[in-house]
Amino acid sequence: MRSVLRRREAGIALALLVVIGVTTAVQPGFLLTANGWRDLLLTPAILVVLAVGQAVVVITRNVDLSVGSVLGLTAYLTGRLFIAEPDLPIVVVTLVAVAAGALLGLINGSIVAFARVPALVITLGTLYVYRGVTLTWAGSDRIDAADMPHPFLALGTQQVLGVPVLTVVAAIVLAAVAYYLHTSRGGRQLYAIGSDPDAAALQGLPVRRRLLGAFALGGALAGLAGVMFAARYGTVSSGAGLGMELQVVGAVVVGGVAIFGGSGTVAGAALGAMLLLTINRALPVVGIPDFWQRAVVGVLIIGAIALDRVLANRRSRRLAAERDADPPATSPPGGAAPPGGAAPPGAGPNDREEATT
Amino acid sequence: MKFTSVLAAGTAAVLALGLTACGSGGGGDDAGGTDAVTITVLPKNLGNPYFEASTTGAEEAGEELGVTVEEVGPDTASPDAQVPFINTAAQQGVGALVVSANDPTAIGDALEEARSAGTKVVTFDSDTEPQFRDIFVNQASPEGIADKQLELVAEQIGGEGEIAILSASANATNQNAWIALMEEKLASDYPDIELVETVYGDDDDQTSFDKTAALLQSHPDLKGIVSPTTVGIAAAARYVSTSEYKGKVAVTGLGTPNQMREYVEDGTVEAFALWNPTDLGYLATQAAAALAAGDITGEEGDTFEAGRLGEFTVGADGEVLLGDPYVYDEANIGDFDF
Repeated sequence: MRSVLRRREAGIALALLVVIGVTTAVQPGFLLTANGWRDLLLTPAILVVLAVGQAVVVITRNVDLSVGSVLGLTAYLTGRLFIAEPDLPIVVVTLVAVAAGALLGLINGSIVAFARVPALVITLGTLYVYRGVTLTWAGSDRIDAADMPHPFLALGTQQVLGVPVLTVVAAIVLAAVAYYLHTSRGGRQLYAIGSDPDAAALQGLPVRRRLLGAFALGGALAGLAGVMFAARYGTVSSGAGLGMELQVVGAVVVGGVAIFGGSGTVAGAALGAMLLLTINRALPVVGIPDFWQRAVVGVLIIGAIALDRVLANRRSRRLAAERDADPPATSPPGGAAPPGGAAPPGAGPNDREEATT
Repeated sequence: MKFTSVLAAGTAAVLALGLTACGSGGGGDDAGGTDAVTITVLPKNLGNPYFEASTTGAEEAGEELGVTVEEVGPDTASPDAQVPFINTAAQQGVGALVVSANDPTAIGDALEEARSAGTKVVTFDSDTEPQFRDIFVNQASPEGIADKQLELVAEQIGGEGEIAILSASANATNQNAWIALMEEKLASDYPDIELVETVYGDDDDQTSFDKTAALLQSHPDLKGIVSPTTVGIAAAARYVSTSEYKGKVAVTGLGTPNQMREYVEDGTVEAFALWNPTDLGYLATQAAAALAAGDITGEEGDTFEAGRLGEFTVGADGEVLLGDPYVYDEANIGDFDF
């Protein structure tokens, strides 16, 4: 139980509840009207899907900065498909957009895996390339709500038993990816690769294949997010999703996924996304002036990372203390020795003594 | 990468040759006489439905006046993308250039060169600095825009209640000028309407959408939203159309018919305003033809006949004002496609 409470996710969930609670106290409509309830669940749906994909990539000690551009391109593609073939089933359009996203992700992944260039640089490049493609294709043209079929636009706000469809989609994505990461061999290998890529390679893990898979998954989810964007906002210009990569990375980091890979969960990333967007929505409601809102969000991100750092340090100190502790003379303050300090790791006597006590 | 740059260089060289060739040929024509006036229309970019509408107007004026109207333009609206087209037009010795400037200064040198070669320059929709052109055809005056939007919102909320403004970015000059005028006018002419908040959607669909949601949540008594930006009004309408506020909160402002069609048809939006780009292109071409024919020089007080739009007078700084913004509603939105 304690370990559950200590989990990073619990802290974010708690913060989320506090934000919702305070805002609802100020303005009951934030939660207690049909519209407020819907927006609370619906607004983060797109960012949750993106954050889940990004988390998978970040866990492998990479990052995909191109997701905003992939979202823009696939959202525009969605609109163009409907203009070209108004009778195309929504499922087909969604699959095409997801496949397009996966392809774009695969391009990122191939360059990262084969050219061995840092993902930060590669995806910064493809961020501009993919956006450039959208700009060339769309120009100053736009997809308007009138260009897309009504049933598709309705999906953007439709609810099933009080839960918006897009939120259901996000939840399914989250559950599926979480299950994969947690239980499958491939999922565990992603963590291993992120913890120590060289060790993973030495161990014979299929590093390249896993990286390609992670980027393709991230891209596919960005493609799905593009479809959701089109349905939700009803307007797609060439600027759709501009700057969203920062929000996504922010959500992932706030959600406790280590930016250097190897640890974190997609559930944390999803909670991070919900927290960021809920704060965004809450600030104007509690009366923070428009111009200050971004600054507040920035402070919260820095706060989250600082908290993460403090917790991580404390944990490593505690681990080091446990390792270094000599049962006969346990001195808690002395335990604050830097990790990898005095006692040689795995020293025989220590092990034996611990076993006896 | 390398291949692309070689290709680009090659294209540029070919283009340069082409331009030179055009230049010498065009120059000869011009020396021959001015009976066949050509007017070149240069929008911010091609493939933009707004400018397609203005070019339609330009061509209509051209037909009526018996002058040749030719549209050229860049694919993207970047600051200096129009320069080569201006140079070409100058070398061809066209009678007048009708241009919507992508940048108030970046195309200044090219325009000056064109004018020294005898080409008259009319800007429309988006002006350069005054010294670079003969006439600016202004789509609407800030006062006209502010008044029309207040008139619409007042009518739609029954003359009293809380309203909010959803603007573009906080540093958009034109937006801020309109908002300041609206505030003044509200204080003097609409005592029962209270402007409770102005928020900024940064001309981003998503931000504008979320700001609309926040506005409606933080002001439960809100009766109307005015968005003087096409992105903002569409996002606000989209949010309201799918919420419980539909039919209760009025959305109006400046929008384009294609963006707003859905929301006018489903009853979210009663009416919104914008100038009529077809009329704008028509008037700009009429002014260009009057300049090229020597009927006017662009001095303050000059008057000219602009076909179906009637007589116009050149104001201070060489500005010609199209008139009050045009109101789009259910009855006429079907006539427009931009």
